[in-house]
Amino acid sequence: MARTIHSTTIPSSTTYLGDVRSFIEKYARRADLPEPQVEQVKIAVDEACTNVIEHAYKNEEGHQIDLAIIIEPERLIVRIRDSGVAFQRSEYEEPDLVSFVKRRKSGGFGVHIMHRLMDEVEYNTVGNFNECCLIKKRVTTNGTH
Amino acid sequence: MSNFSVGFRTHGAVQMLDLNGELDAHTAPELEAAIEKCRDEQQYSLIINGAALQYISSAGLGVFMAYIEEMREAGGDIKIAALQPKVFNVFDLLGFPLLFDIVDDEAEALERFDNAPS
Repeated sequence: MARTIHSTTIPSSTTYLGDVRSFIEKYARRADLPEPQVEQVKIAVDEACTNVIEHAYKNEEGHQIDLAIIIEPERLIVRIRDSGVAFQRSEYEEPDLVSFVKRRKSGGFGVHIMHRLMDEVEYNTVGNFNECCLIKKRVTTNGTH
Repeated sequence: MSNFSVGFRTHGAVQMLDLNGELDAHTAPELEAAIEKCRDEQQYSLIINGAALQYISSAGLGVFMAYIEEMREAGGDIKIAALQPKVFNVFDLLGFPLLFDIVDDEAEALERFDNAPS
């Protein structure tokens, strides 16, 4: 079965998050992903790109984020590449809503959401790029969600 | 161009915020500014009407997390009403219903303010 790839590049600014979501929505729907899953992938990719902008590029404009949506028979993969500061998994702390609210903290849930909404999340270093792959299994049986 | 806006309405001592569009890391500062405006005007009892909110990411949720304690300490609250199911799912994913009053409609939110011990 064929593997199709659609790619785009966005500047490192939150201004373009709406464009990212439209891009994902268009191709995830075209891959016949059920609508609730389209929504999940859209949110996960938004969170991943927001993290790249805010953490990898430290809100500095003038950088780029390469996005690719790869449709395979059994999986949909969104690959996000940046050339900023790599995400350190060892420094990642599972968020706790109660303690965040007490500390009046407004962020820290992005990675948690990505993992909750996707089947797999992979982080790689490829040459000078950081790469995050968000993977959703495609259900091929008729009638199941 | 922003695809998010906040409308203000008042109902007695309660301030209603009507959210429209998509709330993400780009538009979250607009909600933050709206809540700060309420706080500066000493309006601490807020109802967020999410009927026209099409999308929320964690950046949007973060705004509620950052202000809820302050509003409660001042004797008010942030109650969230009329969310669309796909938006409610994101609140639910992070456990918001445990800490926030999330209700089906504005009338119920108002009722809860009326019945709250002062």
